[in-house]
Amino acid sequence: MTTATDVEVVDLATTPLRELNQRLHDGAAGGPLRWRIVNPNGAHAVAVGVDAPFEIEIEGHTGYYTAGMNKHAHVRVNGNAGVGCGENIMSGSIHVTGNASQACAATGRGGLVIVEGDAAARCGISMKGVEIVVKGSIGHMSAFMAQSGALVVCGDAGDSLGDSIYETHIYVRGSVEGLGADCIEKELKEFHREELGRLLTAAGADAKVDEFKRYGSARRLYNFNIDHAGEY
Amino acid sequence: MCGIVGLFAKNSEVEANLGALLAPMLFEMSDRGPDSAGVAFYREPVAAGHTKLTLQHDDPDFDWNALRKGIKEAFGASKGIERRANHAVIVAHSEATPVEAWIEERYPDVKIMSAGEAIEIYKEVGRPEAFIETFDIKSLNGTHALGHTRMATESKVTTAGSHPFSTGLDLCLVHNGSLSNHNGLRRMLRREGIRFQTLNDTEVAAGYMMWRQREGDTVTEMMDNAFEDLDGFYTFLIGTRDGFSVVRDPIACKPAVLAETDEWVAMSSEYRSIATLPGAEKAKTWEPAPATVYTWEKEAVR
Repeated sequence: MTTATDVEVVDLATTPLRELNQRLHDGAAGGPLRWRIVNPNGAHAVAVGVDAPFEIEIEGHTGYYTAGMNKHAHVRVNGNAGVGCGENIMSGSIHVTGNASQACAATGRGGLVIVEGDAAARCGISMKGVEIVVKGSIGHMSAFMAQSGALVVCGDAGDSLGDSIYETHIYVRGSVEGLGADCIEKELKEFHREELGRLLTAAGADAKVDEFKRYGSARRLYNFNIDHAGEY
Repeated sequence: MCGIVGLFAKNSEVEANLGALLAPMLFEMSDRGPDSAGVAFYREPVAAGHTKLTLQHDDPDFDWNALRKGIKEAFGASKGIERRANHAVIVAHSEATPVEAWIEERYPDVKIMSAGEAIEIYKEVGRPEAFIETFDIKSLNGTHALGHTRMATESKVTTAGSHPFSTGLDLCLVHNGSLSNHNGLRRMLRREGIRFQTLNDTEVAAGYMMWRQREGDTVTEMMDNAFEDLDGFYTFLIGTRDGFSVVRDPIACKPAVLAETDEWVAMSSEYRSIATLPGAEKAKTWEPAPATVYTWEKEAVR
């Protein structure tokens, strides 16, 4: 009989990855709520597709697609995460204590992704509702074609930020190397101040709302303009 | 796909065990490149006025002793032959150009994998696991080494199409990615006198680097030119006599991870290779920025 305080420890040095993920998927029907995964050693697809309110702690660096498609679970990576961490996250949270590689939280539809270090290129690419807080800096082409949600960057942003953006709120404290097509600096209204404050608190970020600038869509690219019908 | 790895030793203990440390890194990249594998080791530099050659022949029973005897008579050879599978390392008492011409004229079936003072290149088709065993990679020492596992996308799976590619004396290149303008570049480089053995895109990048270095470019100048001239996706690992450089294309399409401790610097396509190294969990680990050249070099001891 397991109780809510039991921690299920899975050692990836001895347990096949498929077995771990299968157990996490089967576990949605009952069993341990807290999991500790040791020796990931850069393995790909650790804890993908979890659909249960688990607390999952991963001790070490992970490979591609860590906690991808996550629903309900709260996942913590004590290390760096590889390409596509939290890809298409639906809900719950992912907390990376080190750096995240490219395409962090790509296409994410909900939930919260926190990166203590830097996130590389294409952070939040095509994000559709996920909230992302990066305490370090992000790489180029981040929030490309971002559709909704919020991206908070306490450091700097790389080139072509928010290229072809729809309706995501981007908050950057540091410098922006360059804005992508149709991405502009916008006013930080009361709604945005509240949203940003809430996210900084949720991430435990030591930064003040007033230090940030907001970027978003100029809405010139994706709106069909009837006056220009002849040009299409 | 393809996987690339590099390891640069910062102390003599890592130097002594370089092959034993690089082999598991290469093995971890088997999924990324199951077709072929290869390494370049920089080790045991020869004395001034000598050239170390790594040669290959498809026939495992090829008479290397006869070839060495010929080189000895023509140029004077020091040391014996060091054989690894169908490769052999020979040291000639000569500058590189005349001895390479001598081999090409008399032994057209012998491929010159590398030439220089310290470099040795070994590469072969087949699973990386088999390559590591057949070539006894774990027994190699050295100051730094580069490795590659290949998943061919645009040209034949052959020994000559495997990586690393020699780009000149003590210089080599491994590549993850694909170039889209290699046919045009190959024609241009042929006019500049660069010769090619395959229809491989990386060989064109190697030829381009050979050409730029011939024109006097440093690695940084060469890459500034390459950012303009090479169209496609690439993470390059460039080996030189004293170290290596890592560079990604301006979009950083292909993966790369760097890690550094007081004992070593490691580069790989994925972290799981680096995880095999002692002290990896405490290493400073980061992702190289696009269009930026990262270089590690030993202080030249000559």
